[in-house]
Order: sequence, then C-alpha cells, then structure tokens
Amino acid sequence: MMLPEWLRVGRIAGFVFLLAMFLSSYAFAEGPQSTPSIFAPTSTPAIDIHHLSLFVLEITGAIFVVVASLLTYVIIRFRAGNAEDDREPAQIYGSNQVELAWTVIPVLIVVVLFLTTARVIFAIQDAPMPQAALDVTVIGHQFWWEYRYPKQGLVVANELHVPLSDAKQPTPTHLKLLSADADHSFWVPQLMGKIDLIPNHPNEMWINPLTSGLYVGQCAQFCGVQHANMLLRVYVDTPEQFAAWVNNQAKPGMQDPSVAEGRRVFETEACMNCHTVQGTAATGRFGPDLTHLMSRDTLASGEIPNTRDNLRQWIKSPDSFKPGALMPAMQLSDSQLDQVTTYLETLK
Amino acid sequence: MADRTLPIDGSLDLTPPREGESTWLETLHSWVITVDHKKLGLMYMMLAIFFLLVGGGEVLFIRIQLAVPNNHFISPQVFNRLFTMHGTTMVFLVGMPLVFAWANYMIPLQIGARDMAFPRLNAFSFWLTAFGALFLYFSFLGGAGLYGVGNAPDVTWWAYAPLTARAFSPGNATDYWALALLVTGFGTLGGAINIIATALSMRCKGMTLMRMPLFTWLLVVDSGLLLITITPLTAAQVMLMLDRYLGSHFFDTQAGGQAYLWMHFFWIFGHPEVYVLVFPAFAIASEVIPVFSRKAIFGYPAMVAASVGIAFVSLGVWAHHMFTVGMTSAGNAFFALSTMLVGIPTGIKIFNWVATMWGGKIRFATPMLFCTAFLFQFLTAGLTGIMLSVAPWNWQLHGSYFVIAHFHYILVGAIVFNVFAGIYYWFPKATGRMMNETLGKWHFWLFFIGFHVTFDTMHFLGFEGMPRWIYTYPADRGWDHLNLVVSIGGLIQGVAVLIFAYNLISSLLKGTIAGNDPWDAWTLEWSTASPPPAYNFATDPVVHSRRPLWDVKHPEDPDWKYE
Amino acid sequence: MSAIPLVPGGHEQTWHLPSRGRVGMYCLIIGECAIFTIFVVAYVFYIGKSLNGPTPAQVLEVPIFNTICLLSSSVTIWLAERAIERGILRTFGLWWAATIALGVTFLIGTGLEWYKLIYHDGLTIRTNLFGTTFYSIVGLHATHVVVGLTMLLLVLLFTLTGHVREEHSERIQVLALYWHFVDAVWVVVFTVVYIVGR
Repeated sequence: MMLPEWLRVGRIAGFVFLLAMFLSSYAFAEGPQSTPSIFAPTSTPAIDIHHLSLFVLEITGAIFVVVASLLTYVIIRFRAGNAEDDREPAQIYGSNQVELAWTVIPVLIVVVLFLTTARVIFAIQDAPMPQAALDVTVIGHQFWWEYRYPKQGLVVANELHVPLSDAKQPTPTHLKLLSADADHSFWVPQLMGKIDLIPNHPNEMWINPLTSGLYVGQCAQFCGVQHANMLLRVYVDTPEQFAAWVNNQAKPGMQDPSVAEGRRVFETEACMNCHTVQGTAATGRFGPDLTHLMSRDTLASGEIPNTRDNLRQWIKSPDSFKPGALMPAMQLSDSQLDQVTTYLETLK
Repeated sequence: MADRTLPIDGSLDLTPPREGESTWLETLHSWVITVDHKKLGLMYMMLAIFFLLVGGGEVLFIRIQLAVPNNHFISPQVFNRLFTMHGTTMVFLVGMPLVFAWANYMIPLQIGARDMAFPRLNAFSFWLTAFGALFLYFSFLGGAGLYGVGNAPDVTWWAYAPLTARAFSPGNATDYWALALLVTGFGTLGGAINIIATALSMRCKGMTLMRMPLFTWLLVVDSGLLLITITPLTAAQVMLMLDRYLGSHFFDTQAGGQAYLWMHFFWIFGHPEVYVLVFPAFAIASEVIPVFSRKAIFGYPAMVAASVGIAFVSLGVWAHHMFTVGMTSAGNAFFALSTMLVGIPTGIKIFNWVATMWGGKIRFATPMLFCTAFLFQFLTAGLTGIMLSVAPWNWQLHGSYFVIAHFHYILVGAIVFNVFAGIYYWFPKATGRMMNETLGKWHFWLFFIGFHVTFDTMHFLGFEGMPRWIYTYPADRGWDHLNLVVSIGGLIQGVAVLIFAYNLISSLLKGTIAGNDPWDAWTLEWSTASPPPAYNFATDPVVHSRRPLWDVKHPEDPDWKYE
Repeated sequence: MSAIPLVPGGHEQTWHLPSRGRVGMYCLIIGECAIFTIFVVAYVFYIGKSLNGPTPAQVLEVPIFNTICLLSSSVTIWLAERAIERGILRTFGLWWAATIALGVTFLIGTGLEWYKLIYHDGLTIRTNLFGTTFYSIVGLHATHVVVGLTMLLLVLLFTLTGHVREEHSERIQVLALYWHFVDAVWVVVFTVVYIVGR
C-alpha cells in the first residue's frame, strides 16, 4: 500500500513551507534574543556569513527542488501497471550526452559556490583590524571563561563586556583565544561563527556588534564533564556603559572591615589557592578572578543567577549545581558559609 | 513472487539433504569454527544488528534526558559515556561489520567463486572484531561498575587530545576505547585484504572486472579505501597509548606537542571512514533499483568511475571537520573546494539511479520502498553536506545539532534504510524464505515517519544555536519544543525497528518458501539454491555479460550485444 | 561446454587471474605504508620543535653499517628467490640464512644504538619530542623487522627439515615481498631521521 502521490509531494511542500516560515521569522530580528539563532546576526562577520548562507540555501534549495521533482515524477509515471503485462521495458545502458550534461552542470555550480565561499573566508579571516579595535584575550578553562584586557590591565571571568560598534566608525573587538587545559570553542551565534581554543595553538577572531544588549552562547567543543554548562554571556555595552564597567573593574578589591571574619575564612580555607581578589593576598589563578564578583549577573559560568542563596549553595557544594565542576566542596560549617558569602557580597 | 527463472545448468544443489538433525551443540560448534564465507557473513550481520539495537538503546536514554530542559534523568557522567559509546558502537560495531557482512556473504556468490580468497583469515578477522567489541563493552563493568556506566569511554568518539591525556582522563576509559578499536582495526584490515584478493583472484571465467556486479565493485573500492583509512587511526591510537603509558609527547601540549595533530590524524581516518560506511548503501541501491525497475543500471562505467572518484577525492577533504581550529584562510579555502568537488561524483550516482528508474516498470516491494526513500534522503544529506562545506557557514554549523542531523541523515537515512532494503532483498537467498511484506510495509512507513520527525527537526536545533555533546540545556534557550519532537521521533523509530526484528525472526521460522530467484533478478547469486549449498555452485559458472541471468532469460536479446 | 545457450562469437581467451597471495601481500603493504606515513608525518612535523633535551645533531650517528646490512639482505633474499625458482634448494637455504643473519645484525646494531642513546645521551621516548618521534618510528620499523625475521626463521626451519620444495617458490616470493617492503621502509626512515632531520 503506497501513500497517495499528493500526500508524498505534499509532505515535501510542507517541509519547504515550514523552512520558509522559520527563516523569515528570524530575517528581521533586530537585537539579542534568548535563543541564539544563527539567522539573527547583529555583528558584521555573522551578518556576512548569514548572507552567504542564504545564497547557499537558494542554490541547494533549487537543486533539491529539481532533483526531488524528477524523482517524484519518476515514481508516479513509471509505476508498474497491471500484473499481466510481463514484458520488460526497453533496456537503456547509458547516454553520453546526458551523462556529460549532469557532470558539467554540477562542476559549474561548484565553481560559483567556491568563489563566493572563498571571498567570505578571506574577508573575515584576513580582515585588517582598525586601531580602535579592543583587544581581549580569552582563556578557556574547564568549565569557565577567563578574559583579559591587556591595554586596560583587567582580568575578569565569565561575563565578557565589549563596546558597541558602529558601521561608519567601527570599534570591533579582537579576541585572542587560548586554552589552559583541553580544547574549547567560543560560540556566540549572533556575533560570529565559532573558533576553537586549543592549548599551545593561539587562535584569533573578531566581532563587530552593531546592536547593544546581552548575547548568549556556550562552549561548542566537548571539554569534559561540564561542557554543557560552560555558558557564554557577551554584554555589548554602549560607550558610556563600557567606560563605566572598565572603571569599576580596574579598581582593586573592596576592603570592607565589617566583613573581616568572612575574609579570613576566604584566606584560610584555601580559597585563595585558586582565586584572586586584587589588592589582597589572594592570588590564585586556577579559578575565576573574584575581585568584582558582584558585578556579574550569574555564577558558575552563566549557569545560575548571582544571588546570595545561590552563592552560598555554590560554595557549599559546587556539585549540586554543576556535578563534576573542578571546584571542590571545602566542607565549611554553616557559620563559615554565611561569613564568607557576606564577604564575597562586598566584592562589587 | 513466482520463480520464473531458468537456473544456470548445473548450478542447483542436487545432493539429497543430510540424514538426521544435528544437536544444538553441534550446530553452535559448526558456527564457531566455521570458515565458510556465508556463515561468517551472517555472523557479521548478527553482530551488526545486535549492536544496532544496543546503540539504539543507548540513544534512547540520551533522548529521554534531552526531551526537556534541565533534566536529571541521567547524570552528566553517564550521559557523556552513553553518547561516546553510541557513536563508537554505531561506527565500529555496526557500520564496519556491515561492510564485511555484505561483502563476505555476497561477493563469492556474485563472482561465481567457492569462497573468499583467505577463509581462515576471514574467520580470524571476524573473531578479532567480535572480541574487540566484547572488550569495549567490558568497560561498562570497569571502574565504579554497571550503574554508573562503569569505565566506559567518555571523550566522544573522536577522543580529541588533550582531553584524552592522562592528566584529563585519569582512569581507563580512554584505554578501553583505544585498545578495543586497535583490535577491531586489525580485523578490519584482514577483512579488507581478503575482499580485494577475492575480487581480483577468484572471479569465474568470463567475469572481467567491468562485468562484476556493481555491488561487488563498490565493496572492492570500499576495501581499497579501507586499507589506507583504518591504518591512520591505528597509528594515531598507538601514539595515544604511547603518550598515556610511556610518557611520550605526541599530543602533549606542555612539551611542545600539538593537540591538532591528533585532529588531523583522526580525520584523515574519519572522513574516508564515512565513505567506507556509505559504500554498502550505494552497493545495495545499485542492485535493488535496477531489479525493481526492471532495467539495467544506467551508465555502469560512469558508476564505476564515480565510485573510484569518490574514494580518491574523499582522501583530500578531511580538514572540513576542522574549519574552526584556526587553519589559514588558504587552508580553509582548499578544503572547502575539495569537499564541494566530492559532491560531483556523488551527484552523478544519484542521477544514474534515477535514470535507471526512468522508463522502467517500478514495483514498490519493501526493498524498493527503502531504496526510494534512500534517494530522497541521500539527496538531502548531500545538500546539507554542501552547506557544511561552505567554511564560513561551517563556523556557525560545526559542533551543532545541524551536523548531527546531517550525518544521521546519511547514517540512518541512507545507510540504515538501504541495509533494510538489502536484508529484505537477500533474506530469501540466505534463508530460503520470504520476509513478510505487510510487516515490511509497516516497518518502512513507521521508520520513515519517525526518521523525518527526528532528523528534519534536528536541523533547526542547529540553526537555533544548540551545540553538540551537552547533557542538558537551559529552559530559556527556546530549544525545548524541538527537542521533545526529536525525542518522540526516536521512539517511533524504535517501534519500527522492533517490528523489523519480529519480522526477521518470524519469517525465519515460518516465511513462505522463496525458491532460487523470487525477485526475477540477474546476478549469479540468484542462479543457485536458496540458501546456497556450502560449495555455492555445483559447476563453475561462465559469464559473458554483466547480467548473466538476463542473458539466460532473454536469449534473443542478451546483454553482451550491447556492452 | 558453456552452460549458457548462446556464446558470443569469438575465440576462447585464456582466463588469467593474479595470485591471491601476491594481491593480499600488496594490500597489506599498502596498509602498512599508511601507518608508517602517519609516523613519518609526525616525525617531520616535530623536527626542531623540542623544548629541551638532546637534539638529533648532538646524539645521532648515521648508521651506515646497519643500513648496508639491511639493504644487502634484500639482495640475498632475491638471490634465494632465484635459487628456489630453479629448484636449487641448498643455495636457497644458504642465501636465506644469510638474509636472516644480516637482519639480525641490523637489529643488534639498532639495539646498540639505543643503548648508547638511553644510557650515555639520556634520550628516552619521554625526554622530548625528538625522543618521542625517534623511538616510535625506528621502533615501529624494528618491530616489522622482528616479525619478518620470525617468518624467515620459520621458513629456514622448514627448509632444514626438508619441507620446502620448488613448488613453494610462489609463497617464498610473497614472503620476500614483505621483506623487501621492510627494507624500503628503512630507506624512508633513514632518510627522514638521519639525513633530513639531523
């Protein structure tokens, strides 16, 4: 029993229709969104890729329509009819002209595809960076992100702030990508395709965001047990917002005497072995810099909102949020947890 | 289907059946010690089907975990082991054994030979594969034991350095991966050598290379490709084990080594490997489509040339898996071009199959249903492959669910569909009984629907930025609905496969008797009994064309007049 | 008598197919070449990239004598092949034994070289990238020499006990093919390690 032909053809048409609806729903996206779609670019390289992808979709779509229609036609037209007719159809062994044609045409299509592809490869990879570009070094860790701003002398973690760029006076951000351990990959779809972070092999990429806001993404190369929660948050700030943020990050750690108890817990319970708080004795580098922990919206590399309860629970047992995270539970007592949380809450 | 053929004189088994049945122990013993290509082919097939079910079971857990956001059905450790084992199992314990299942069973029958060139090597290769599989699955019992999924490999089936270094993978999970695959790799090498030697040295009289069935051709080209495909993986795995146990520094970035060296070596294996896996699907299509369209294959020489062409070009595209690792723009451009080029001979094959159907009288029995779906799906998969070859777009799509959708479109949509076609087609030859057509059609439609529900949807998850290898995802990403749909499609496919398994077993026990040639086909295997006697052919066949049985059935219009 | 009723016009051509042993051995050699190629690529890629430790120029001495021995063994085995083709079993046995002797000499030479490198120069597989790639590629080759010598010894044993005869010349040639392959690989390894890489 075969499905009626109209249903088979209808299935294909329906798929194409859905695809068109889906794509068009993103064609006019204007800014950041919580679903990091590659069809909603707001940064120059991602926009270039998007245009290329639409062109490729048109070509491959046309090929699909032609060949699938042919195949559908063949299925319908050359069905075996009644069972009494036993004669075999004419045996055709080949045709030089036809075979030549369907070799030459694909070659031409490949030439066109390749030339357009190569143009975009060179345009993105070999683009010269303007003087005004911001340099950021990204260091991938299991399972968090470290960001260093060499010119500004900043070391921050997990939430990347970059300045909004302008089409006429671009201020792109140039990222140098390193890794402290395994392979990672930096993927924020609305800003650019992904580039990997590979130890002993520095990579580069650049973004040129034209709309401000918070863009999300995540690590895209399996790096271990908590690869899934190595989330990315890129804040594209207006110039004023960015300047304010840089100013704040440049300050040394807050030294509030009322939380001295908590600070002592921090320093004696081995926290400082892994974490840095600028201006104190804590200079550990294995874990994220905590100097301005409270300036971040999230903890655990984007996984949980930065609230007192979450912070306390995270310190008590990182595994409860991120099983397999490399931060150990330090077996602090309840009062120690309260004190150190209060201390950390002063690190704005 | 009534048997309307005239068998080639002397090729029927005329000896009377043996008196008295064997005990089950004797039967088991005869299978364990066999060097007969048919038994070994069936054992490879049983191994492949068994691990298809196991790998499918693994993915069922994965899809339940991913059906809703922030799920806690399984832990990340278990999830990572399951998807690593799913990939490793499907490639090495299903896909590769299938190559040898088809080749070992069919090639001697199609070329009119008594057995493979090296029957004992054949058995040795099978048992290496089987023991390698056992070793890999023994890992579930290692470490913390079964319910924590033990010490099963958890580094993805690519096992990228430096994650596999002692420092980042301290237990034995990676060792199980490398050692098990080293063992099966030697089995693979033996099998490939055997296939080539058989096809070159054991053909019956009159069967020049250009008269071999395309099925045989494709598996021979496949084996040639295998010789230089599996061996780089062997080399890389030896290097990995040297790093882990003798302190060498092949992939040790602290000592100046490069992690991407592993990537290059792995993909120099990994890309041609996927062609190795897909060639049997091409082989099956090249037999089933002509027979069910009642026409000779269109453009036999071009099909041979395209197959060889694909094998060669596939050796030069590997770094399209590495567009994101930071190669130069020239390097990226080169691999984009070479990858696009491989689409040309592949497209030629699709066109030839369609042209074979053109002007034919197509009978949509179950094998042909699967092959027709294969054509649509392989076309689509090829086109998403072209999309992935566009390096800048690849920077978005790599490592996302779009890639998973693309390669499952090939692995399931092309390979598994055609494996089902091949089983329905040749089951009568191997067992002497037909499979049930009604169950076959239920199997087909359910599997087709489930396949498309899962894998069409999955492309969109990639567009929406969902990366691979994640055991869960946040609720606000907007991926929840599509993931649920993908999971439901998986369940539908599972049901379809169960119907297939039931059909297989019940047909074995009480299917209608098939006769020599139930499909009215044209290659030599249909000239002998079903199942074939141990010696295959009572007298060595002599052939004069590509379709010896067509010549017998149509003496007034034989093929050799036109070839 | 052909089983097919109609036979196309024309003469019966002799039906000649290549020997399966030879085809099989060539296939094995092709596969092995791929394995060696990967190790050669790794070697060449890491030339000059070691962060520390002895360099090739500091510790490697070109093994001329060893190489002459191994390459001569290809000549002696070829002479053995010719002898058994003509059925002269005694000559075959002598040249065969000479081949084994030359192969063993090569292995001893490699062993001495490694002894010096490990104990006098402090170079092991874990010392640096040079050590890693050197020992793995030379070791891989030496492993193939060991396997080859094992097979050659087996044949020598069969010869001495009178089980090898002229009709086995085809099989002897297939085995000799493997030995020639091992020698050819040494040419590549020698060039890469002792000439290009030093």
